[in-house]
Amino acid sequence: MGHYIPSTREEQQAMLSAIGAESPAAFFADVPESVLLKEPLNLPSGKSELEVRREVEGMSRLNKVFGTVLRGAGAYQHYIPSIVKYITSKEEFVTAYTPYQAEMSQGILQSIFEYQTMICELTGMDASNASMYDGASAAAEAVAMCRDRKRSVALVSATTHPDVVATIRTYCYGAGFEMRMVPEKDGRTDMEALAEAVTSDVCCFYVQQPNFYGNFEDCTALGEVVHNGGAKYIMGCNPMALALMKTPAACGADIAVGEGQPLGMPLAYGGPYLGFMAATSAMTRKLPGRIVGETKDADGNRAYVLTLQAREQHIRREKASSNVCSNQALCALTAAVYMSTMGPEGVKQAAGQSMSKAHYFADLLAAVPGVTVQNQGAWFHEFVTTLPVPAEKVLDALAEKDILGGLPVKDGVLWCVTEVVSKAQLDKAAAIIREVCAACN
Amino acid sequence: MQLIFEKSRQGRGSVLLPACDVPEVALPEELQREEALRLPELSETEISRHYTALAKRAHGVNDGFYPLGSCTMKYNPRIDEEMAALPGFTGIHPLQPADTVLGCKQVLDTAKQYLCEATGMDDITFQPAAGAHGEFTGLLLMKAYHEANGDFNRKKIIIPDAAHGTNPASAVMAGFTVVTIPSNEHGCVDLDALRASVGEDTAGLMLTNPNTVGIFDPNILEITEIIHQAGGLNYYDGANFNAIMGVVRPGDMGFDVVHLNLHKTFATPHGGGGPGSGPVACKAILAPYLPASAIQNGQDGTEGRLQLKAFYGNFLVVLKAMTYMLTLGAEGIRNACEGAVLNANYMMHGLKDVYPVAYAGDHCMHEFVLTLEELKKETGVSALDVAKSLIDHDIHPPTMYFPLIVHEALMFEPTETESRETLDEAIAVMRQLYQMACENGEEMHHAPHHAQIKRPDEVLAARQPVLRYQWEQA
Amino acid sequence: MATLENLKYTKSHEWVLENADGTVTVGLTDYAQQELGDLVFVNLPAAGDDVTAGEPLGDVESVKAVSDVFCPVSGVVAEVNEELLDAPQLINEQPYEAWLIKVESVSGSEELLSAAEYEAFIAQGE
Repeated sequence: MGHYIPSTREEQQAMLSAIGAESPAAFFADVPESVLLKEPLNLPSGKSELEVRREVEGMSRLNKVFGTVLRGAGAYQHYIPSIVKYITSKEEFVTAYTPYQAEMSQGILQSIFEYQTMICELTGMDASNASMYDGASAAAEAVAMCRDRKRSVALVSATTHPDVVATIRTYCYGAGFEMRMVPEKDGRTDMEALAEAVTSDVCCFYVQQPNFYGNFEDCTALGEVVHNGGAKYIMGCNPMALALMKTPAACGADIAVGEGQPLGMPLAYGGPYLGFMAATSAMTRKLPGRIVGETKDADGNRAYVLTLQAREQHIRREKASSNVCSNQALCALTAAVYMSTMGPEGVKQAAGQSMSKAHYFADLLAAVPGVTVQNQGAWFHEFVTTLPVPAEKVLDALAEKDILGGLPVKDGVLWCVTEVVSKAQLDKAAAIIREVCAACN
Repeated sequence: MQLIFEKSRQGRGSVLLPACDVPEVALPEELQREEALRLPELSETEISRHYTALAKRAHGVNDGFYPLGSCTMKYNPRIDEEMAALPGFTGIHPLQPADTVLGCKQVLDTAKQYLCEATGMDDITFQPAAGAHGEFTGLLLMKAYHEANGDFNRKKIIIPDAAHGTNPASAVMAGFTVVTIPSNEHGCVDLDALRASVGEDTAGLMLTNPNTVGIFDPNILEITEIIHQAGGLNYYDGANFNAIMGVVRPGDMGFDVVHLNLHKTFATPHGGGGPGSGPVACKAILAPYLPASAIQNGQDGTEGRLQLKAFYGNFLVVLKAMTYMLTLGAEGIRNACEGAVLNANYMMHGLKDVYPVAYAGDHCMHEFVLTLEELKKETGVSALDVAKSLIDHDIHPPTMYFPLIVHEALMFEPTETESRETLDEAIAVMRQLYQMACENGEEMHHAPHHAQIKRPDEVLAARQPVLRYQWEQA
Repeated sequence: MATLENLKYTKSHEWVLENADGTVTVGLTDYAQQELGDLVFVNLPAAGDDVTAGEPLGDVESVKAVSDVFCPVSGVVAEVNEELLDAPQLINEQPYEAWLIKVESVSGSEELLSAAEYEAFIAQGE
């Protein structure tokens, strides 16, 4: 009896005899003797399920789960309806592979087709792919879609999440093309600097909406500047904010991407999350990754298949523009179930409450002597404050009361509030901050 | 079956959030969304039934035999899923202070210990989200290494023609040019062709061993040595790692960097196409170039380490794989490998007299490739027809038409988690299909006959793409 | 398999029509479209692009394959058959009507075969 191996030792011996082999060693005859392992791997022995459970549960207890989370910066705690976890735990969804065989995968294919439709609705774009690894890699792949023989330089706004910048930079480094940053001014992209930066060798400009500091950018105006310079326009959007804000399509974006984690995925120490990606019809054929399309079967009935496959690596090999061959199907399913369960009003409610509560909390902090809220103009559910005391003191005091405070950034602390945090929790957090600031003055 | 949008009725839904307990703030008008947000509006009952119906129209490992070659569709243990659902992991923000994430760190450290030992490597990154993502990462490590040595002219990556399509695509993404070398008559690397292709411009080699025809390359030590002599590095494509784990290690065979597919070899579920996890392990010489998270390090992203995605990778997937490795332990890892190879040989043995094996030897590793070229010539029944006929027997078809060097290829990978009875049944079905092909092949051109749909019109789908639901114009 | 007498052919299965104004029209042969099967998309160069004899000018996609189309002549792309972008099936239906590109400033050419030579070349291959 072995772990997850049905055959007993006797049965294995019988199978060996049936094929005329003495021992499994015969199958490894081509492995050079000098590198065949003579000893078992230097690892612990196998364990029973109960022992493993104890060990892993023990690890989980070494972590601290905060009762209140006031930190975002690319990972957001939103309410996940109960049904989302149940549906996405169904074994048929969990244990299937990529739906290569349409005749026995209509359920997976249809769920992706529905997801693609929802992403198109959310972004206003014409076509969505079946999803990407995460928002940062989706941004980097979007940049690659824009390159051609004459234009290869990518512009990225300095108001972008650092991990997204670093990921785009890495992909550009790989392909051997340049990335240039467009500076910020007062927490938003410097429009004049952008106009100068869009030269004839620039293929695209990437902006995050709302940006890393929580501010809404004037994306329509940015888009005009980019298009006037003959480059493509990529917007990286928070999907929750899309329920309220002007869509990338309405802002003139050629490609919309984003981190889909807010749509029903837990924080989970950074993953798995979901990259979504959608484009105008003109750029549909440049989309990387899997895409599901509708067609008819031999009886004329509606059916779904993986389509536009000739773009992909398994056919184009070194001529493919991307090597992506998987997607985050189960995460895409999660997002689709989340959006279906919340419905249009529910998603708007979650987004609206996050924004309202963040503004309420910002007002509480602004009233603390020495604290300044940096954000001006319109912003969503994140904001930056300066503090009159070292950030560490405030964050430690909050942590003692089971609150994960904002993230220290270069000019202060980046706070985030979502709909799951109550007014009472915000009042309590603000009181602690007020106390720490007063004590140190 | 109806789409969820077609079931939607305005005004339906559930009460999920309390009323807002603070003054409401609205966006300025010029920033507001103008279009209606047409998401489905359904009761929880209807949503539950919709997705249950979709689940019934899917086929996972738990629904039946799934011998999809190159994909290692082994059983996904439930305990792994349960551990990954613990609130002590799911509720952790990626940017929490270090002293509040000691459990996450222990998970990653434990996974690192097991995977570095099993591969014979010194260090690892868990950032890549999939195998192809890992390939890209590993190649970037090679590029960074050569550049750090002032070797800016090492631009060529050598890849056998039998390789997975991701290999050449990844190499190009990493800025390399691809030199394809032919396979020899055994489906292995042609040493002369390899020697002729190396030089001062060689960045390295990408190889999967056993290769895509399921054969372990006996010249592996010569191969990696030729590359090293030329100043290149050796990349091990870990897609087929299930065939060797616990028996031989890439690090001992002369490889410098390897990616693993945790969703294949280490039993984490495929989820209908993801999320996977493609950690990259490497020798110490490449460790300085491993990726990191800019925001975790307090940087703005414009300089610093490589980065492949936000944060640290698909953590929960790594956690599942770690749980699996704890369960198996040293001897269990080897048993899994031997069991996989035994099952593949047993199945090949049961089929090889009717379906010729490509590059046939005495034995295979964890998978084997049949060629139906002769069958097609004689009966008109193609690999596709046989594959589609398996669907009527509730067996997921093997990988079709890959590798490209084999005509009318069917690639079977049974994995170690299948019983002898399952293999016997699949062998019987395949033999029955052979008989049918010889006697009444015509019917097989239209298979499957009893599936969810008949064969779909893929030409129509590609010529006139319909990629989303369109609402009827009001 | 059909050929037309007034065209010339390449061994990589393109046809060439030498126009009176010195330009050259390029398309795919009937044999090529049969071998490729149902085409679902064509990738063509843009007007004004340079093309080189023997180098790919673009590619054609079927559902599960992509094949390079080699340019029989060197020169500059004068015109592209935009109709094919929406209706690639025209290549399957009327291969000798569904031209891909017209080339001007023609400066060199691959070895070109007559209809009879091309038919013989195909027969030899089979």
